[in-house]
Amino acid sequence: MARIVVVTSGKGGVGKTTTSAALAAGLAKAGYKTVVVDFDVGLRNLDLIMGCERRVVYDFVNVINGEANLNQALIRDKRVEGLEILPASQTRDKDALTFEGVQSVLEGLAENHDYIICDSPAGIERGAHLAMYFADDAIVVTNPEVSSVRDSDRVLGLLASKTRRAEQGDAPVAEHLVVTRYAPSRVGKGEMLSVEDICEILSIELLGVVPESNAVLNASNAGVPVILEDGTDAGQAYDDLVARYLGEARPQRFLNEKKGLLGRIFKG
Amino acid sequence: MSATEAFTLKGRMATLSVLEIIDPGQLFDQLDQRLGQVPGFFDGMPLVVMPGPGVDFSQEAFAALIDGLRERGLLPVAGSGVPAAVAAAAGLGVMRNPAGHERAEKPSPANNGAATGQPPAGGRDNPRGPARRVDQPVRSGQQIYARGGDLVVTAPVSAGAEVMADGHVHIYGALRGRALAGVQGDRDARIFCQSLEAELVAVAGQYRLSEQLPGRLRGKPAMMGLQQDELQVEAL
Repeated sequence: MARIVVVTSGKGGVGKTTTSAALAAGLAKAGYKTVVVDFDVGLRNLDLIMGCERRVVYDFVNVINGEANLNQALIRDKRVEGLEILPASQTRDKDALTFEGVQSVLEGLAENHDYIICDSPAGIERGAHLAMYFADDAIVVTNPEVSSVRDSDRVLGLLASKTRRAEQGDAPVAEHLVVTRYAPSRVGKGEMLSVEDICEILSIELLGVVPESNAVLNASNAGVPVILEDGTDAGQAYDDLVARYLGEARPQRFLNEKKGLLGRIFKG
Repeated sequence: MSATEAFTLKGRMATLSVLEIIDPGQLFDQLDQRLGQVPGFFDGMPLVVMPGPGVDFSQEAFAALIDGLRERGLLPVAGSGVPAAVAAAAGLGVMRNPAGHERAEKPSPANNGAATGQPPAGGRDNPRGPARRVDQPVRSGQQIYARGGDLVVTAPVSAGAEVMADGHVHIYGALRGRALAGVQGDRDARIFCQSLEAELVAVAGQYRLSEQLPGRLRGKPAMMGLQQDELQVEAL
């Protein structure tokens, strides 16, 4: 049975799509058949981050409306074996997502995938609700600032009450925290919340910290999931994060600033 | 959840004005005076109509009263402390125990004989419902109300969350949101928390905002309760 993972945050622009792409690519690289679904109907981005925007023919809404079948809409990634993308529709809005439609698409995907990654839109309305409703696991993406943490807290409340697992009284959705755009130097100056503060406020388990990094922007522009950029800090952070998600114990590497040669000499 | 829900049914806390009738004879004279001071202000205001202590209405008198209120632009929606049949004849529902009434007034000897001679309005010796316990963090946007009893939260209460109880509120964790104890008017209710970082605390309607909380207790275990009508915050 496939595991359904929602990547969500409440707030926009914190790195949900980047995280979805990296997580999906990482799971596929680890040998799991993985599909990543863009729930952000009307503001389609995942295809850009995955670098497959020119290969979109049919989309999620077409499948829901019965205008195409799943195999026609799924785009196979050319770099990683076992990775597929189901793009959102750019010409429709979130109302095009129906409860039954989403359910039947997820059931169809579950037949031949190990992991279904649902890239949630921002907000807490219909699109975000449907993205989280069927989830088994939730990756909550947060930036180290108060409004983002507040919104994530709100989303955690919804995960505990407005999901299929909550409504049917099953084991709750497993919640994992990912802190992105983390800049330890600014935490030191008191300009950002520390990981400890965020974990204390949200009281959920920390899956990983992704440092603020130019590599993320470069990878987005190039249409490559940043996890495939082995040499970059953000790529390695996502690699650790996927390994931890799969049960491997790896230390957090990005909580402190790497000091350059001069920094080491002068030992600030 | 389904794609096309025609309705949802939700329990909501709402504030309703209660019109307590103390002297039916002078009611309309005084009411007209009051309404005349602020014309239109009370138009359409939903009202719960409640006979005061010692006031009794016949079915006809109650219906006439309700008609009189409607003529003045008010909108009676329910009666309280009147038999269901009397309320129904006037086209109203019945509301039991509107906020503040039973606790605030003298206990009626009929159902609380043992209380005779005891100080009124205490509430602590009133039979209370079971406490409600919450073990999950109370998240931003969530609202939890323990009706008729105490609330025990064994996890943090986030900023933007609201916890309320008719009795005490205990939080074995950080209180970052709002906590309201004694929301039905119990002045002996208290709030306890392990780390005081609240946005607002209130007991029986007396409240303090975070900036009015003593800075030295911020992040410390604390207890809040009324002393001579003042909300006091103490270290625990």
